[in-house]
Amino acid sequence: MRKKSKIDYEPLAISTNTIEEVTTMPRPHGNKLINRYAHKPSTDLQEIPSFEIDTNLSEDILNIANGVFSPLTGFLCFDDLDHVVKEKRLANDIPWTIPILFNPPTTDIKEGDTIRLTNKETGVEALLEIHDMYTYDTHMLSQEIFRTTDTAHPGVAHVQSMKNAFVGGDITLLASKSRHFDEYQLTPRETRVLFKEKGWREIVAFQTRNPPHIGHEYVQKTALTFVDGIFINPIIGKKKSGDFKDEVILASYETLMKHYYLRDRAVMSILRTSMKYAGPREAIHHAIMRKNFGCTHFIVGRDHAGVGNYYGPYDAHDIFKEFPDLGIIPVFFRSFSRCTKCGSVVNDKICPHDQQYHINFSGKKIREILLEGKIPPEDMMRKEVAETILTFDHPFVE
Amino acid sequence: MAEEKNEKKYTTISIPTPLAEKIKRRIEGTGFHSLSSYVTYVLREVISGMEEDEGEEAFTKEDEEKVKDRLRALGYLD
Repeated sequence: MRKKSKIDYEPLAISTNTIEEVTTMPRPHGNKLINRYAHKPSTDLQEIPSFEIDTNLSEDILNIANGVFSPLTGFLCFDDLDHVVKEKRLANDIPWTIPILFNPPTTDIKEGDTIRLTNKETGVEALLEIHDMYTYDTHMLSQEIFRTTDTAHPGVAHVQSMKNAFVGGDITLLASKSRHFDEYQLTPRETRVLFKEKGWREIVAFQTRNPPHIGHEYVQKTALTFVDGIFINPIIGKKKSGDFKDEVILASYETLMKHYYLRDRAVMSILRTSMKYAGPREAIHHAIMRKNFGCTHFIVGRDHAGVGNYYGPYDAHDIFKEFPDLGIIPVFFRSFSRCTKCGSVVNDKICPHDQQYHINFSGKKIREILLEGKIPPEDMMRKEVAETILTFDHPFVE
Repeated sequence: MAEEKNEKKYTTISIPTPLAEKIKRRIEGTGFHSLSSYVTYVLREVISGMEEDEGEEAFTKEDEEKVKDRLRALGYLD
């Protein structure tokens, strides 16, 4: 049984009057869209020990609070973590593949305590009720989650950099602040209202971390052909040197949508979360988040969320077979290219011509051309998109 | 703080032997490694289709209007 918190807070006032028409929309993961926002606690916050946490953790808290990580209500306790690692499910059998973990900032806490977590960048101020304190075999965790213990893998390196002491428990968000790109950010409650207002019943989600080239557009439009709308959902946040800057990705998509998409068939909103590079497991996690936004379908490409050569190119497709109860339909795409014989974008299922006629969409090549300040060929990237990118003096992270 | 607080929990369910034999034949050459893994898969699929929304801690009409106002202000809705 959960220990009662010494903080007596009042959850955000909400009624049982549901949005009537959402019955056509997929249920949130775990059948409940989590809301962990609270009014001011009745207890004086000054009495509660406070700790500054890093920005990624504060993003996790925001994603828990606004339901992106539904059904999670906080950081994983031991039982849930152990099931996630070994079974790819929470202890109650709901599919969940990525650990959401918290390292205690101090040893001077115990189960039953409540601590306050803050972050200057996001303005997050949250309470964490400590339900469980535990250690875990992080070597085994890395092997199961990332399929490797090689510390050259960024996810493994992150896990190994953590202390082997974890805290699980519910969070309650007290405050956060406005940030750059907020005008592009919608919560799952907001996207669900948006989709309903647009009259969309079937929505396909597309995740991205790059400006769109012709291949991306082909994938999106192919999927869109069979549903009512597309939800373009770039992940923004921490980037490595050479990546496109967030503002460049957003501006390039705005240009593409303005010129080449029907306004009533496509929307874009950002997702702030860190990449774990857990390949197949992360593909499931990405699908779950989009299900919570109200999407019915999720596009999974080649080597989704992969890094280096740790995963097979279609491992992220195969893993979906393990989840008959996921509640969102994966839409798989294999590699695609431009066929000079067909005169169009093709994939290996639809084009009979030899590889010599195929031009691959190379993000690296497009980047090199843009770095020279030139417009890539129009069969690689829309001219308008390239011109938008080139309006930025420094489109790449330095 | 024990590292192994919890063991995997499984339970045993009896099904008619002829059915079990039929399933064993059915899963030969598939990705299912055991009768149990197949039965678990099928039951998860069936049960997930029967589960009901726990009732979103939902919006009032007023909440929903506030969301629509924000969506309009951001240009997502006309």
